[in-house]
Amino acid sequence: MKQNNLLKNSSVQSLIASLMCIIVGLLVGYLVLLIINAEGAWEAITTIVKNFFYYPSGPAKLKYLGNTLVKTAPLLMCSLSVLFANKTGLFNIGVAGQYVVGAGACLYMALALQMPWWACLLGAIAAGALLGAVSGALKTLFNVNEVISCIMFNWISLYGVNMLLTQVKETASPYTQNLKTAAPQAMLPDMGLGTFFSNNQYVTIAIPLSVVVAVLIWILLEKTKLGYELKATGSNKHAAKYAGMKENRNIILTMAIAGGLAGMAAALLYLTGYEQWSCSQSNIPGMGFNGIAAAFLGGLHPIGSIFSSYFIQHITAGGAYVDKAVYCAQVSDFICSLIIYLCGFVLFVKSAMNRSIAKREEKAASHTKEEGGDK
Amino acid sequence: MEQYAVEMLHITKRFPGIIANDDITLQLKKGEIHALLGENGAGKSTLMSVLFGLYQPEAGEIHMDGRKVEIRNPNDANALGIGMVHQHFKLVECFSVLDNIILGVEPCNHGFLNKAQAREKVQTISERYGLYVDLDAKVEDITVGMQQRTEILKMLYRENEILIFDEPTAVLTPQEIAELMQIMRNLAAEGKSILFISHKLAEIMEVSDRCTVLRKGKYIGTVNTSETSAQELSRMMVGRDVKTVVDKEQVETGDVILDVQDICVAAHHHKKDAVNHVSFQVHGGEIVCIAGIDGNGQTELVYGLSGLEPLQSGKVYLRGRDITKMSIRKRSNLGMSHIPEDRHKHGLVLDYTLEDNLILQRYYEPEFTSKAGFLRRKNIRSYAERLIASNDIRSGQGAVTKARSMSGGNQQKAIIAREIDKDPQLLIAVQPTRGLDVGAIEYVHKQLVAQRDSGKGVLLVSLELDEVMNVSDRILVMFEGQIVGEFDPANVTVEELGLYMAGAKREDRQ
Repeated sequence: MKQNNLLKNSSVQSLIASLMCIIVGLLVGYLVLLIINAEGAWEAITTIVKNFFYYPSGPAKLKYLGNTLVKTAPLLMCSLSVLFANKTGLFNIGVAGQYVVGAGACLYMALALQMPWWACLLGAIAAGALLGAVSGALKTLFNVNEVISCIMFNWISLYGVNMLLTQVKETASPYTQNLKTAAPQAMLPDMGLGTFFSNNQYVTIAIPLSVVVAVLIWILLEKTKLGYELKATGSNKHAAKYAGMKENRNIILTMAIAGGLAGMAAALLYLTGYEQWSCSQSNIPGMGFNGIAAAFLGGLHPIGSIFSSYFIQHITAGGAYVDKAVYCAQVSDFICSLIIYLCGFVLFVKSAMNRSIAKREEKAASHTKEEGGDK
Repeated sequence: MEQYAVEMLHITKRFPGIIANDDITLQLKKGEIHALLGENGAGKSTLMSVLFGLYQPEAGEIHMDGRKVEIRNPNDANALGIGMVHQHFKLVECFSVLDNIILGVEPCNHGFLNKAQAREKVQTISERYGLYVDLDAKVEDITVGMQQRTEILKMLYRENEILIFDEPTAVLTPQEIAELMQIMRNLAAEGKSILFISHKLAEIMEVSDRCTVLRKGKYIGTVNTSETSAQELSRMMVGRDVKTVVDKEQVETGDVILDVQDICVAAHHHKKDAVNHVSFQVHGGEIVCIAGIDGNGQTELVYGLSGLEPLQSGKVYLRGRDITKMSIRKRSNLGMSHIPEDRHKHGLVLDYTLEDNLILQRYYEPEFTSKAGFLRRKNIRSYAERLIASNDIRSGQGAVTKARSMSGGNQQKAIIAREIDKDPQLLIAVQPTRGLDVGAIEYVHKQLVAQRDSGKGVLLVSLELDEVMNVSDRILVMFEGQIVGEFDPANVTVEELGLYMAGAKREDRQ
């Protein structure tokens, strides 16, 4: 009975479901590798899982762990954006677009306006928040589904940002100027963290900052009046209105916060100088979409998101080490996206678990009744 | 041995924690009208869902015409000739009556609709049973009674032999109810077997041949209606004698609490105002009841008064203050409480816990929210526990139960507790007893009368004439957005009210 109670606990269920999805994802990935080329399959899948353990020396391991973490921070922020909107009943597929305008804002402010890092960070948050708020306003004022408006904004943002950042790109390449040389004042401070990760220059306060934000979001949702209002609005906006809440303001505010988180995600990546924006890209960066997978894999819990974001980034980074001589370059991306895709099944697994528990209890109940009848 | 159209033998269906149907047997004779009586939660719906293939029973068998049948899903049920008129009609509003009837079983020639053939068949059926409906009218334009006939025609068009009526009279006027009874008798006379789900004893006594009573998932018995009385059925249903008359003392009416002056509220679906120049007053110490058939503007009237919808014109005063343009929150703080019509839509956040729902109207008060904006969980818990204890709100896990998992009656109790604990000056209660069992109805009525006795104003919107007659001090009848009559319950009959509710009579009010 006690075991059953533990299984009924929602957090425990999420954890088990997430782990199951990961295992199934890895298994399917392995099978696909087997089909493509049976010989290198085991090595390839272990390489993906190993990620930075690929390197023999300790300092190298630490350095590449640092690299994975650098990209985990923005992914965590994106997943927080998705889960925050989800908790309040909205599906923020616009996280990708909000991420893009965040990148545009912080890079433009850094490179063109030469602003300090904290201003760029705030600018990115504001840009994402504004875009999110517009989607929210469209929903409340004109009843435009947030999914539709968000998807369209994703593309508008991408080409708008490409246009904007062309002004600060390197003359010889489509990439924006190197942050470290062109705008050192805008680099996120590292507070000695880089030294710890074997002098990894990209490791900055972005990483602890993202974890702090995750905790703050959890507190906001679970402990505050605002969280109570936002969740009530998301769950049942009619009841929220009936209770005198400003349900339209709440929807817009929710989308603004979600957008702000996504915008911050971009700043936490681009202000480290780890990546430069390619002004000729015609694909929306996958970071935002991966945020959706990370949010669900993390059981839609801010703390769960920390681990799921790390895991997704871990295998994505690991994919880069797969032997290109055995598998074509796309295979690692393919396997990673397959695993991420299967991570989305967490809720499905969870409900299946609940069904089987209910069934077992039903059986147990009928059992005890029959026994009682015999006496 | 008698031939039964349907036999449900020793049906047992369990859900985690409860046995919804415990060894229930129901035998429906060919050509009879068989009532299924029970309070809410007695297991009527579960039993019908089993018959319809929506649930699989753990034990028991279903026989039809003496043969055992397996009903795994609703398609099986349809194939066996079982049809049902649901409480909430399943009609496409913007389709014509004819289109609705043939929907899903359209007669076709080489992929083209053959409506002429369908029309002929429907006309034959409607003449045979006296079911006249304008086949070309759109469903949204016809009355609820006509919509119900459309549903019945749907079953007959599909040549169903077993007809299930789920609480068919809830939405009808007394006159329409009488017509429905006649239709049911005609159907039975033509050999159709009818299962009639209801908790209204008078109707069961009038129309049914036999009656099966369920209580708390258990089979209580089957009786011939001609050999029993409403009192006996009531006792079987509830397990004790129930007072249907509410005890009320005379109370002095006090000052005007709510003053409604010539208000109009827009309708959502058509251009005409749903509430059309309505004026009335509610005094302290009286229960004013708005009676009427569902959909005559009562919902919109309450939306207008509570602030959920803006007024088109007119003024509303609460204790002398003009609240016409005031926000919902301010109205609430000024002493207006509102037990909403739809507890799932407005009354509760179903995914919230019981305690979080109990503070829904007061969460922002300093008792529950600190200055910094954090919720005071301890205070919320003790407040919730006090309300739960004083109102006997039952739930699986107490204060932390999800509202969704609670029974309808207890959900309603939670809402009533919340709204009354605000100590309002005006309590607006819209169909507060809808879907509740007899015991719970008694409780709700007591609460309303207690508010009145303490000098508060109560505005009750009800579709149940029994309730209207029993509880109110003054009755206003609403028809097509207007108040067409004002009565003292002591000086009016149900039949008289029915005529006003159906629009057959109206008095000029200035």
